[in-house]
Amino acid sequence: MKVIDMYDAPHTGRTVTSNDIKISARNVNVFYGDNHAIKDVSVDIEDKMVTAFIGPSGCGKSTFLRCLNRMNDTIESSRIEGTICIDDEDIYDRRVDPVQLRAKVGMVFQKPNPFPKSIYDNVAYGPKIHGMARNKAELDEIVEKALRRGAIWDEVKDRLHAPGTGLSGGQQQRLCIARAVATEPEVLLMDEPCSALDPIATAQVEELIDELRQDYSVVIVTHSMQQAARVSQKTAFFHLGNLVEYGETGKIFTNPEDSRTEAYITGRIG
Amino acid sequence: MPVLWLVLIVATLALGGFFAGRRRALSDAGGDHRRLHSLPAYYGWNAALKVAVPAAGVLTVWLLAQPLVVGLVVVGDLPQDVVTEGSSMDLVMSEVRRTVSGLEGAVAAGVMSPEEARSPLLDAQRISEALREAGQIVSGQLPQPVISAAQQMRQLDNAGDWLMSGAALAAALAGLLWALRETGAAFRARNAVENGLRAVLVAAASLAVLTTLGIVLSLIFNTVEFFRIYPASEFFGSLTWSPSFGGRSELGIWPLLWGTLYISLIALIVAVPIGLFAAIYLSEYASRRVRSVVKPLLEVLAGIPTIVYGLFALLTVGPLLMEVFGNEGLGWMRSGTAVMTAGLVMGIMLIPFVSSLSDDIINAVPQSLRDGSYGLGATQSETIRKVILPAALPGIVGAILLATSRAIGETMIVVLGAGAAARLSLNPFDAMTTITAKIVSQLTGDADFSSPEALVAFALGMTLFVITLALNIVALVVVRKYREQYE
Ligand SMILES: Nc1ncnc2c1ncn2[C@@H]1O[C@H](COP(=O)(O)OP(=O)(O)OP(=O)(O)O)[C@@H](O)[C@H]1O
Ligand SMILES: [Mg+2]
Repeated sequence: MKVIDMYDAPHTGRTVTSNDIKISARNVNVFYGDNHAIKDVSVDIEDKMVTAFIGPSGCGKSTFLRCLNRMNDTIESSRIEGTICIDDEDIYDRRVDPVQLRAKVGMVFQKPNPFPKSIYDNVAYGPKIHGMARNKAELDEIVEKALRRGAIWDEVKDRLHAPGTGLSGGQQQRLCIARAVATEPEVLLMDEPCSALDPIATAQVEELIDELRQDYSVVIVTHSMQQAARVSQKTAFFHLGNLVEYGETGKIFTNPEDSRTEAYITGRIG
Repeated sequence: MPVLWLVLIVATLALGGFFAGRRRALSDAGGDHRRLHSLPAYYGWNAALKVAVPAAGVLTVWLLAQPLVVGLVVVGDLPQDVVTEGSSMDLVMSEVRRTVSGLEGAVAAGVMSPEEARSPLLDAQRISEALREAGQIVSGQLPQPVISAAQQMRQLDNAGDWLMSGAALAAALAGLLWALRETGAAFRARNAVENGLRAVLVAAASLAVLTTLGIVLSLIFNTVEFFRIYPASEFFGSLTWSPSFGGRSELGIWPLLWGTLYISLIALIVAVPIGLFAAIYLSEYASRRVRSVVKPLLEVLAGIPTIVYGLFALLTVGPLLMEVFGNEGLGWMRSGTAVMTAGLVMGIMLIPFVSSLSDDIINAVPQSLRDGSYGLGATQSETIRKVILPAALPGIVGAILLATSRAIGETMIVVLGAGAAARLSLNPFDAMTTITAKIVSQLTGDADFSSPEALVAFALGMTLFVITLALNIVALVVVRKYREQYE
């Protein structure tokens, strides 16, 4: 299997300073034109853990999340300052190819967005692009593994060649998760992955997130306090573009330091 | 009374009706519009509509029906022996109509008094004289029955016009009275206006449908007429096209159909890749600034009249091709007018058409699909090739089919760029011609409109119509299928 490397040029081994910090952001500012959407945010996201971003609508959660895999590059008006390092490598360094970066930092979106292709082709899309399989049998294996991890294999194994758009909303979202894990990312970013799902599908996805934690570090944006409390180990609270509070999920929810955090989780602002 | 005056009078009545209706409703409510069922203006509109719509209806129907009725009456009164050998009732009637317009002209020019034009003593001699005096061309002697018929027609037309004016005005006044009578504080004018507007819209829609239907029917009718005097087996079976107005012409459609398809094919080979790539650049790569400049520019290109492209073909592209492929060059081309010339220029004409349609279609692919692809680490061109184009493909196919039907129907570029020779040849540097160009040349001579050489134009038109209709239907079906995809 080809090692996905975020640098274009070959370089000498990955420097592992195993302090368990996967992503570290320092003084990040994001602007959309004149709109200052993220204000001086610094945060350390740990490996093999689920980190939840919470905060009122429009506070910049999605914006910050999209900085972590440089998806904001596709928005013409956006501009970012500061440094974000993954495994101690600055992802906004000139040498970094954002395309390779995104293979390493997968993303699941708020609205399920399967391609208008078959279920199989949806999942095989990433592995094919990155040349992860030597032959059809290997590709089949990758697809099956991804669908199993997406907790949707049993539902679709008999109709792998049916269109992915023909699935229900919850199934589509799990398909998108399977599609994201198929490229074997190291970090998985999820922007409100359950907002279109019913409670049963939500429970399935949450279970899945808990499993994914074994191998990935997962960052999830959510509007549901209960969900944040259930699935995450660390929680970050954003307000008006500022990172107000960041810490152990249990502590944030039971004993927040900042009055704004307390007001938000008790439902007084939002 | 001229129709224009009539329309003005009805419009004035409608305006008056508007104010009268509004005033009446308001006074009924004691000046307080809150006690009315509807806003005051609705009572005005109700009255105006009730004046204008019936009058307009009467006018339209009358204007359509009168020539038919008058024609029938005149034909009925004509003596049978006026139709001589080798002629027909249609020809006689068109002579009558020509005489009528001649008389109108003479009276209008003052060389003949209205009384004289009506007098039973009027003879062919006098008419020729008067027409010549009025500066019109006269050919041959008019038989007396034709003159009488023309006089009768004028009389009937005149009477019809007066009756029409009366009927239209009566309808307008009746509408006004009706509207004013029903107007009162409790009257639901808002609903009445709603219904009236719907009637107007339905009328407009049916008019559009009916005219289309009429055109198609006349096409079919004339095609059938053509196949009565010329065998269909030869039209569809013969490989030569050589009309000769002396008779014994061969009117096989294949050389024309081949020319049409060949030129269209070359045009599409030019337009589809360039147009599609331009669309992809504009929708996926170009910055907003570039896009805001280039897209309108391309659309301007689409607005250039095709005759200008024709000139471009004749004066620029043809000579240019001659330099390379002509006798000085490779020697494949004998003159500047050729399939290649017309095809290239038509392709240029179609580029903005393809690109602007495809651009809209590519833009309609949801951003979430692009995000999904980028999020998996795909490059921009991978995303376009593997996600966007497959998703947009049905729509793009629809755009190409629409472009094809434009290419097939194009005339001016062919007339000026491809030559006039009907030829079945594979060499794209030969001159050839198309169905549309031949329709023009068959009808622009001084052909007799009942000869197969002229009527063949309708059969050609019909063939063209069927081809483009089929293409458009396929395109519509494809585009509709595409629409369902994201819903
Ligand atoms: N593509 C964009 N162009 C311009 N401004 C944007 C864009 N996306 C977001 N913004 C602005 O950035 C700010 C943060 O938006 P963001 O989408 O990150 O909020 P959010 O916290 O994810 O909200 P929600 O919970 O509603 O998803 C908002 O003020 C928004 O208007
Ligand atoms: Mg968001």
